[in-house]
Amino acid sequence: MTSPGESGGRETWPLWEVFVRSSRGLSHVHAGSLHAPDEIMAVRNARDLYTRRAEGVSIWVVPASAITASDPDARGAFFESPQGKEYRHATYYTESDSVPHL
Amino acid sequence: MADGTSVDDEAGAARFAQLLADEQRVEPTDWMPEGYRKTLVRQISQHAHSEIIGMQPEGNWITRAPSLKRKAILMAKVQDEAGHGLYLYSAAQTLGTDRDTMFEQLITGKAKYSSIFNYTTPTWADMGSIGWLVDGAAICNQVPLCRASYGPYARAMVRICKEESFHQRQGFEILLTLMRGTEEQRAMAQESVNRWYAPALMMFGPPDDDSPNSKQSMAWNIKRFSNDDLRQRFVDMLVPQAEILGVTLPDPAIKWNEERGHYDFGDLDWAEFHEVLAGRGPANSIRVARRRQAHEDGAWVREAARAYADARADERLAS
Ligand SMILES: [Fe+2]
Ligand SMILES: [Fe+2]
Repeated sequence: MTSPGESGGRETWPLWEVFVRSSRGLSHVHAGSLHAPDEIMAVRNARDLYTRRAEGVSIWVVPASAITASDPDARGAFFESPQGKEYRHATYYTESDSVPHL
Repeated sequence: MADGTSVDDEAGAARFAQLLADEQRVEPTDWMPEGYRKTLVRQISQHAHSEIIGMQPEGNWITRAPSLKRKAILMAKVQDEAGHGLYLYSAAQTLGTDRDTMFEQLITGKAKYSSIFNYTTPTWADMGSIGWLVDGAAICNQVPLCRASYGPYARAMVRICKEESFHQRQGFEILLTLMRGTEEQRAMAQESVNRWYAPALMMFGPPDDDSPNSKQSMAWNIKRFSNDDLRQRFVDMLVPQAEILGVTLPDPAIKWNEERGHYDFGDLDWAEFHEVLAGRGPANSIRVARRRQAHEDGAWVREAARAYADARADERLAS
């Protein structure tokens, strides 16, 4: 199974995925990827590459090879469970549309 | 199947067509036609190379910028261009071509990049013209690419476009400052605009009837507007900006056309475009040689960093 973004082959440095938290109280969000020899350089490079305009207060780096993704070819079957279960959404219950504060 | 994976391919092709029809994004793990993949690798890597080579004409002026503030601004801009190159290499890489291969294609002169960067920057005013005209044309080209069908490319373009507007404005302000200066400074600004105007217009690529791949790129939702449409849009924006600057665009044919609702402008020298593209521009060989030298001079740093990382990993295993 391949990791997202990994092209394999003959790279000198491994690939890292970068996650940036833009401000306190928000999640770390995937910003992109970069190459670096180790995790220390990866964090520094991520700072220079993805936060040149104060876009972040915290950075995570993860080796791309450590990420396990769901099988893209099985996406239909894998995400089938919520299909047809509109009753899991508030919008399914229309009888109460006119009732205030509900 | 006897003839390969045709059932998978057929399902994949149908899904791909549906994604395009629904204006959805194609992601790296989706099935895609070989031609689509090839076109994207070529376009995105050429784009990345342009950002990287594009650091040179401006890097040329960092040590000679007229004030500390100008130096800091120019360094920030050149650093942005390096970042743009890296975002784009990452995007190209998701299509299965590794970065070292792309670097190699660039430094061996096999890969193309925007021919605008094969022009030289003999005066400080060129820093203004590059920002205003070259980054300006790049923005015009890139904004529609934020909606390109390939997800990683479109996402890289969103990030890049956010950063580009500073580039154009700082260039405009360099020219504005010169135009408010002495007679010599105004002449320097005008002379520089005279040199950059036509090459900047050529950045949109050859005229539509001489651009064989455009049609397919548009069908794949990679390209959204034709070369000539984008060029027209750019000229329409430039004319009023030039008036504010007080510079004359070096094309006597520029004239408002009431009927079309656009500015008319003269023909460009496409023979020059093809000459520069073929490697016979003012600075082609210097640009590639510099890039190669920087890459080779940095080899020991990459190796040392790798060796250090390996040693630390071994230590951790041992402890
Ligand atoms: Fe750029
Ligand atoms: Fe730029």
